[in-house]
Amino acid sequence: MPVILITDALIFVLIAVGIGFGLYAARHEHLRGPWRQVGRSPVGVAALVVILFYVGIGLLDSLHFHPLIEPVAQTAPGAPADQSADGQMNGTAQQVAAESSTDQGAVGQGEAPGSRDPSAAAEPTYSTQIISVLDLWLSGLRERQEKTFSAPFATQLFVKEAIEQSDGSVIRGYPRLEHGGAHLDDPSQRGVDILLRGLFGMVKGLIAWAGLMLTLVAMLALRWRQTFNDSASAIWRGETEAPWRVALSVLALMLVLSFVAAELAASYHILGTDKVGEDVFYQSLKSIRTGLVIGTLTTLVMLPAAVILGIMAGYFGGRTDDVIQYLYTTLSSIPGVLLIAAAILMLQVYMTNNAEQFESLVERADLRLLFLCIILGVTSWTGLCRLLRGESLKLREADYVQAARSLGVRNSTVIGRHILPNVLHIVMITVVLDFSGLVLAEAVLSYVNIGVDPTMNSWGNMINSARLELARDPVVWWSLAAAFVFMFTLVLAANLLADVVRDAFDPRLRSAS
Amino acid sequence: MSAYILRRLLYALPILIGVNLITFLLFFVVNSPDDMARMQLGDKRVTQEAIDTWKAEHGYDKPLLYNAEAGGLTSLTDTIFFEKSLKLFAFNFGQSDSGRDIGYDIRQRMWPSLAIAIPTLLVGLAISISYALMIVFFRATYIDFGSVVLLVAMMSISGLFYIIGGQFLIGKLFHLVPISGYDHGLEALKFLILPVVVGVVAGIGSSTRLYRTFFLEEINRDYVRTARAKGLRERAVLFRHVLRNALIPILTGVVAVLPLLFMGALIIESFFGVPGLGSYTIDAINRQDFSIVRAMVFLGSVLYIIGLIMTDISYTLVDPRVRLS
Repeated sequence: MPVILITDALIFVLIAVGIGFGLYAARHEHLRGPWRQVGRSPVGVAALVVILFYVGIGLLDSLHFHPLIEPVAQTAPGAPADQSADGQMNGTAQQVAAESSTDQGAVGQGEAPGSRDPSAAAEPTYSTQIISVLDLWLSGLRERQEKTFSAPFATQLFVKEAIEQSDGSVIRGYPRLEHGGAHLDDPSQRGVDILLRGLFGMVKGLIAWAGLMLTLVAMLALRWRQTFNDSASAIWRGETEAPWRVALSVLALMLVLSFVAAELAASYHILGTDKVGEDVFYQSLKSIRTGLVIGTLTTLVMLPAAVILGIMAGYFGGRTDDVIQYLYTTLSSIPGVLLIAAAILMLQVYMTNNAEQFESLVERADLRLLFLCIILGVTSWTGLCRLLRGESLKLREADYVQAARSLGVRNSTVIGRHILPNVLHIVMITVVLDFSGLVLAEAVLSYVNIGVDPTMNSWGNMINSARLELARDPVVWWSLAAAFVFMFTLVLAANLLADVVRDAFDPRLRSAS
Repeated sequence: MSAYILRRLLYALPILIGVNLITFLLFFVVNSPDDMARMQLGDKRVTQEAIDTWKAEHGYDKPLLYNAEAGGLTSLTDTIFFEKSLKLFAFNFGQSDSGRDIGYDIRQRMWPSLAIAIPTLLVGLAISISYALMIVFFRATYIDFGSVVLLVAMMSISGLFYIIGGQFLIGKLFHLVPISGYDHGLEALKFLILPVVVGVVAGIGSSTRLYRTFFLEEINRDYVRTARAKGLRERAVLFRHVLRNALIPILTGVVAVLPLLFMGALIIESFFGVPGLGSYTIDAINRQDFSIVRAMVFLGSVLYIIGLIMTDISYTLVDPRVRLS
C-alpha cells in the first residue's frame, strides 16, 4: 500500500518542475546554449553521471509504502519457502522498528501477532511500518544485523564477549558474526573468498555496462545516421562533440563499483557495522536521500519567494523596494545557525507537546526534515533575492522593457515575458551553487542536534554517533570513513558541476577566460 | 562621515526591531511559555503548579504584550515583550533559564573566542592570499590546474572531518598538543594551536579559490597591460599592481566578518572544549536554554549590522572613487 510522505510529494513536484524547465530551456537558445556547453565539458559530464547515480538511489528511496504482511501458512509450518518468507517480512518490520529502539527482539515479536490472526489470511494486511523501494531492494542488508561493532569485512565481532565452548567452559574472545562471513567454515579463507566474489561482481558489472554501452552506441548511431562501427570508433577515439567516452568510463567505474559492492555486501558487512549492529553500508545508502532532499527541496522552497520578491523589488522600486529590502536585510542579519536553532527548538517543543499528531516515527522525522528545509530556505533566499533585485533594476531600464511599458503592456506581462526569462540564468547558477553547501550544512547541523531527526539516516547523524567512538582503542573508523566517502563524492561532483555551469552561464567570466 | 554613520545606525534600528519581533514570535507566540516550562521540567505529567512556579521563577508569568491589571505605563512595561525582548536593546540580557547572568557570561567568554578567531583569520588570510598569488603567478600551467583541483577537493570536505582528522592526527597520534580544553593566561597557548590550525586548513579551500578569481579579474585589466608594456617584471606587476588592487575586495570582505568574530566558531569551540561564545551557544541549544539563544540572536544581528556599516566605510577608505551618500 503506497504511502506518500510530504517530502516525497515535493520531490515529485521538483521533478515535474525540472522536466518542465528542461522542455522550456530546450526551446530557448539563451538557455540551451550554456547547457550544451555543460554537456560538452568532460568534467561536467563526469560529475553529472555521478550525481545521476545518487539521484537514482535517492528516488528509489522516495517511493514509500506499507509492506504487506504475508499471512502465515497454516497448513505446513515446516515448509521452508513459507518459513523464510515469513521470517523476511517479520524481519522487515522488525528492522524499521529497530531504527527507533534498540530492543529489536521485543518489537519484532510484537509485530507478529497481527499476521497470525486467521481472519487476516483472507484479505491482505499491511504493516504499520513505512519502508521504501530501496529498503525492499536492500532488505538483505537491513536484516543482517549483528550485536554491535564489527570492522569492514570482519568475520568476528569487534568487542570481546564471553563465549561458551562446546565442552561447557566459558572463555572471553571475539565471537563469530551472525551474518558477516558466516558462510565461511574457516575465517582464514576470507581473503580468497573476497577476491573471488569481488572478481565475480566486477564481471557482472562489466557485463551490465557492456549491455548499457551497446544500447547507447546503437542509439547514437541511429541518431547520427552512421554505422554502428563508425560511431563506436568515434566515441572510442573521443572525437564526438559530447564527451561520450568520459561519460561511459565514469559509468563503467560506477557500475563496477556498485556490482562489486553488491556482490560482497551479500555475504559481508563491507563497511562494518555500527554500535547497534546495523550495516554501515546500508546507512550510507539511506543517507543519500536525506542529503539530496536537503540540497534540492530547500531551493525549491525558497525559489518562489526569492524570485517573486527579488523581481518585484527591482522592477517596481520605491515603497515596494524599501519593504522587500527591509525584509531581507532583517532576515539575513540573524546568524543563520541561530535562526535554525531557534526554529528547530521551537519545533521540538511543539512536537513533544503534540506527540499524538504524528502517526509514526517516519512521518515525524519526515516532517522535521521538511521543516529543516523550509528554515534553511528562509535563511538562504536573501542572497538570491538581492542578486535578482539588482538584475531587474538593470533590466527595467533596458530599451525593450521601456518600449513594452510605453505600449501599455501590463506589468505582470512585462515581468513574465521580459524580466523573468532574462534572470533565469542567475536562478540556475544559484541553485547549482547552493546544493553542495546545503549538503555540507546538514552534517554540521545534525552534529549540533538541530539537523534532521536523530532516528533518520543521514551523514551528519552517522558522523555524530561515530565521533564518540573515536576514543576507543583500536579506533572505530569505518562509520566516519563511509560518511566521508559518500558525502565527499556527492559534494565534489556537485562542486565541479557548479563550476562548469557557472562558467557556461556567466558571460562576464566567459569573456575573461 | 559621522552624519553618514549616524544615519546608518538609525537605519539599523528598524532592522533590530524586526529581528526582535521575529524572535519574540518564535519563542513566545508559536509556543506559549507553558509549553516551554513543560519542556524544561521534562515530564509530560507535570502539574500546573509546577509550571506556574517555573514561570514565576523565570519571569514568564506575565502577559505577552499588554498587562491589563497594571495601570498606566506599567501596563506596557510589565509584560514579557518588554522584559525579555525590549531590554535587549539596552544590552540587558537578563538571566539564563538556569539562573546565570547572561551579560557576565558573554563578557567572560568573549576572550577565548577572540583568542581563536583572530589568529585563525590572520593566518588564514596570509596563507590564502599567498597561495592564490602563487597560483596566479603560475597561471595556465599544471600548477594552476592541480591547485584548483586540490582546492575544490578541500572545499568538498565537511568541516567536521577537518576537526575530527586534526584532533586524531595531531592530538592523538603524535601527542603534540592536548586534544581539548582551555586554560587562562599564557597556558592557553598550547590549547589554541590545534583549533587554529584546523580552522585555517578548513578555510583554505574556499577562500583561496575566491581570491584567485579576484586576482584573475584584475590581471586582465588595462593598467596591468600598461605595467607590462612599460617593461616591468612579472613579479613587480603582481605584487605592486595586482595584489594591491585585488586587496580591496579581499579586505572589505574581511571587514564584514570582523564583528562576527566575537560570536566565536560554533563547531570548533565545542569540539575542542574552548569556553568561548560559540560553545556557549551550542550548549544553550543543547540544553534548550531559550534566554541565551535569544540573547545570542540579538547580539549576532547587532554585530552583523555593524559589519555592514564598517564594510561601507572601509570601501571609502581604500577606494577614493566610492563616495558615501
